[in-house]
Amino acid sequence: MTNIISTHQLTRTFGKFIAVNAITFEVREGEIFGFLGANGAGKTTALKILTGLLSPSSGSATVAGFDVKKQPEQIKRRIGYMSQKFSLYEDLTVRENIRLYGGIYGLKMSEIKSKTAILLEKLQITEEADKLVGSLPLGWKQKLAFSVALLHEPKIVFLDEPTSGVDPLTRRQFWELIYEAAANGVTLMVTTHYMDEAEYCDRVSIMVSGKIEALDTPRAMKASFGAEDMDEVFRKLARGV
Amino acid sequence: MSKAKITAENLSKSYGSVQAIKDINLSVQEGEIFGLIGPDGAGKTTLFRILTSLLLPDSGAATVAGLDIVKDYKRLRTVIGYMPGRFSLYQDLTVEENLEFFASVFGTSIRENYDLIAPIYVQIEPFKERRAGALSGGMKQKLALCCTLIHKPEVLFLDEPGTGVDPVSRKEFWDMLRNLRQQGLTMLVSTPYMDEAELCDRVALIQKGEIMAIDTPKGITASFRQPLFAVRSDNMYQLIKDLREFEGAADCYAFGEYAHLKLEQLSESWKLSESSIHDFLLSKNHRNIEVKPAEPTVEDCFIELMKN
Repeated sequence: MTNIISTHQLTRTFGKFIAVNAITFEVREGEIFGFLGANGAGKTTALKILTGLLSPSSGSATVAGFDVKKQPEQIKRRIGYMSQKFSLYEDLTVRENIRLYGGIYGLKMSEIKSKTAILLEKLQITEEADKLVGSLPLGWKQKLAFSVALLHEPKIVFLDEPTSGVDPLTRRQFWELIYEAAANGVTLMVTTHYMDEAEYCDRVSIMVSGKIEALDTPRAMKASFGAEDMDEVFRKLARGV
Repeated sequence: MSKAKITAENLSKSYGSVQAIKDINLSVQEGEIFGLIGPDGAGKTTLFRILTSLLLPDSGAATVAGLDIVKDYKRLRTVIGYMPGRFSLYQDLTVEENLEFFASVFGTSIRENYDLIAPIYVQIEPFKERRAGALSGGMKQKLALCCTLIHKPEVLFLDEPGTGVDPVSRKEFWDMLRNLRQQGLTMLVSTPYMDEAELCDRVALIQKGEIMAIDTPKGITASFRQPLFAVRSDNMYQLIKDLREFEGAADCYAFGEYAHLKLEQLSESWKLSESSIHDFLLSKNHRNIEVKPAEPTVEDCFIELMKN
């Protein structure tokens, strides 16, 4: 299996503070990879480096075959990204958002048109196409944002707490979209504070104080920590309780 | 019979054409931790803002600590503590300055009520010279809770204290709330995390501005009557899709490492269902199949109520 992300001793410091401390890991093509850690563990900094938004202080990493230090612009073109905090423009309509992102990623007008129709149909929101995104329920927005992040057919999509605050039903519908994307060969790197969602990942890593302290399948990780569920693994690792 | 510290009768509020909350009725007893459980947009914050006198309802009435939320709003504000969902302390003041500021606004001092905040404050006291904006998420929560407590309120309103906070910090926060309850504080806590319902004395499940159920966590789960199974195999996505086709399946959704399968009704015996589910999955080429009866959780109940 080929690796779509590969890091070696990746490090980022801010002054004296070491936010990311020599992390080395791989993400395989087509897997759902859970990137977990407590607040302040360094997840966001690592994600910023991997999405080409921040340069590492030392070490190296490649994403989709490109070097994060030398080719960040190439990386940005080939990845998708969504988070709860930033996803779509609330004061644009559904259709306008799709057109905007399609344009940013260099899709042709004809492609944008056909993809818009498919996307609206799939999410069953054709009737809402000309409504402002701000007027949609959060769950719909998140599903739409994810679909928009997939518009340019990226090989890998980064999802930063995509289901935070979403109702339990929509949260599951969202995960089915993730499964579906993975079944189509897309690699997904997901952060979440819902530990039940950690169970849905093929493999997970847990960051503690800038380092990756554990990386394995959820089942193997639970076995090696003698834990009932991922919540317990997380607590044992993050606080030693 | 203990007395009600919070009462709400038929509270409704609309913003233009959007009905944020609709005919909310609830009462919270003295010393209770009452959970308001629901997703973003359910109306939790609107209800909090009405009960803390920051927003007027369109209709209905409510009291907090025996005070009317409209007529007695000035006195009401002195006896409640309100921790809004968004971090709302002064980022450019230090930990200690924030605490001093909130104490002085309520005409008191850190020293006067130190005992109440001590168990929490000692954890952040080593950083008292640090600006609030430079604290980690968990520490910000602790400071915000101290600032909410510094005037010794009777009733605490905590709006989504756990959102965006990691599971370890969330657990610590709940431990603190339980300590506060022992001191007689009444608390209304909102959360989108269903598993936190179990930590409350009673909960209201809220969705689209309406309360779907109010009960103890045990009472909520006892209302779930259909047979429920936890099932797993090597391919979760395919498993869920296949189980939905199982004869008698009412619903199927991911639940941690298992899928939860809800059946229409108990046809013959649980054991029989178990083995027929197992055989069905074998015929669909699943591997490493495990099927067992599952205890319904508050989250299962929430999903069921949402679908009805």
